[in-house]
Amino acid sequence: MKITKLIKSGIKNLAINKMRTGLAVLGIVIGIGSVIALVSLGESSKKAVQSSIQSIGSNLLTVLPGFTFSGNVRGAMGGAQTLTNEDAEAIKTSSRITTVKSVSPEYSGRAQIIAGRNNTNTQVVGVEPVYAQVRKISLEKGSFLTSQHLTSMAKVAVLGPGVAEDLFGEGVDPVGQTIRINGKNFLVIGLTKSKGGMGMDNQDDRIIVPLTTAQKQLFGVKYLSSIALEAKSEAVMTQAQNEVGYLLLSRHKLTAVEDADFRIMSQEDILQAASAVTGTFTTLLTGIAAISLLVGGIGIMNIMLMSVTERTREIGLRKALGAKKKTIVYQFLTESIILTFTGGLIGIVLGIGGYYLYARANNAVFSLSFSSVFLAFFVSAGIGVLFGWYPARKAASLQPIEALRYE
Amino acid sequence: MAKSVINISRLSKIYKSDSLELKALDDISLNINQGEFVAIMGPSGSGKSTLMHILGALDLPTGGTYLLNGQNVGLLSDDQLADIRNKEIGFVFQAYNLLARTSAIENVILPLDYAGVPEPEQYERALAMLKKVGLADRLSHPPNKLSGGQQQRVAIARALVMNPSIILADEPTGNIASAQAEEIMAIFEQLNDDGHTIVMITHEPDIAEHAQRIIHLLDGKIVKDGNGHKRRIINGKAKE
Repeated sequence: MKITKLIKSGIKNLAINKMRTGLAVLGIVIGIGSVIALVSLGESSKKAVQSSIQSIGSNLLTVLPGFTFSGNVRGAMGGAQTLTNEDAEAIKTSSRITTVKSVSPEYSGRAQIIAGRNNTNTQVVGVEPVYAQVRKISLEKGSFLTSQHLTSMAKVAVLGPGVAEDLFGEGVDPVGQTIRINGKNFLVIGLTKSKGGMGMDNQDDRIIVPLTTAQKQLFGVKYLSSIALEAKSEAVMTQAQNEVGYLLLSRHKLTAVEDADFRIMSQEDILQAASAVTGTFTTLLTGIAAISLLVGGIGIMNIMLMSVTERTREIGLRKALGAKKKTIVYQFLTESIILTFTGGLIGIVLGIGGYYLYARANNAVFSLSFSSVFLAFFVSAGIGVLFGWYPARKAASLQPIEALRYE
Repeated sequence: MAKSVINISRLSKIYKSDSLELKALDDISLNINQGEFVAIMGPSGSGKSTLMHILGALDLPTGGTYLLNGQNVGLLSDDQLADIRNKEIGFVFQAYNLLARTSAIENVILPLDYAGVPEPEQYERALAMLKKVGLADRLSHPPNKLSGGQQQRVAIARALVMNPSIILADEPTGNIASAQAEEIMAIFEQLNDDGHTIVMITHEPDIAEHAQRIIHLLDGKIVKDGNGHKRRIINGKAKE
């Protein structure tokens, strides 16, 4: 029999029982669609975390203070007060440091912000003008901090777009407005461009103020919460890490590397730490997707087995009328292929479409996992074809009368 | 001498289960010539359906030989058997066995399709057969829109459409009201008069009387093989 004829009669046979055909297609659609949507979702959140970390810059090293100790109890990482402005100054000026281009000392703490009737609680970062270069911050409106602001301990602030929206509403220009940070008035002089980011460490939700203002006027501290370093190139990252590490060790009067009361992390390190978290997330989603695929597969198997078994009498009749075994097998194979491919295509379209809508609604990265598309499609189609073909072949091998008598 | 269409010798069919051995057919020998109209009678369990299925190549015997038009059916491959069922045998079932949700003409076309007849010819031949059984106005009706008698007439058209050398009917009137049963029998008589060889199973004596020859089976054996009379009287013409 010619292929076109097989397909034509396959479609005709499938159209005869619309309910059965519909259910079979639905099973495949759900199996494939859910796998594609879930796996892609996992991939895209992984990529989102990666890109938000990479957007900070790949030449970046971050020096963080070590753990706090009270007695023998170790406190939170980064909680110690061991990094000082002098440490930062030393890195800038020391002749032992050859590979660091810029040094950005930072102090950040949470503060209550009020603007008119709105108020919010967010991260306030005290920085020097070089921060913009090191952290790759660019401005949407207004201007960034200057060294005059720093020396005069000016009460000026640059807002992230997230905070600006919280305080002034969407689309309102905050430059020139006044906000109150911990009860003190600050003039808004700039608005940064959106960088995106995730969860607690969202860069768009920050307020940037001069370091001196933050340390002395807002938080009353004499230490730093981190020092960001820009290495001269990506190639000298390790060297920069070592140079800064040994300088700080000697400044803190420590000899052994194990005793260090600070940590120097590259973006690579941070990326790895974050990847471990998102990796767990992706594994979880992949697990759910695998279960969906399994359940979908069993659904497809069930409906194909059922529909072919139900048609055993039909197979017997067709054989009684002179159908050869291979004619029957081709017929059922064609029908299962049409079913699974139709279902598969609809599933792919719905899966990708659903994921696309999700990504758009949540401003997430749209990153389609092609391997999941292929995997889902071939597993589902394979199961569909196998379980359409196998029982049909079995029924076609029976003596016609046995198939006709089948209950 | 008339040409033999069906010749079986020492045919047996034994169903085996764990402890039980059931002889459905026990060493049967039988010859049916071209143009005969034979009725096979017997109580349930006598083996008449089993015999019919073997004659229709729907089932295989466990012993003995079956020659159909001189060809030993027991030696044929699966595909050759399919050809025999397609071209040599027209089978009419008690339960009609039409494809559900499929129009009358599509049902009649099925054997033509399996024989590889080109499409326009398929339609012509199926149409002619449905006209012959009086269903020219029911071509596109699916089985569930037809009465029992009409469904059986579609099944007869389907059995005839390949112009087989023998028509096998397994209780063709078993599911049909008696008025319609007479119409069905009239069709079979007409077919026989046109030269078709017909073998029919029935348990109703007055249906069997339409045949020229009546064979009685009991416990898998032929117990009586004789002439039917009614039809000769009705038609007013003697055959033999």
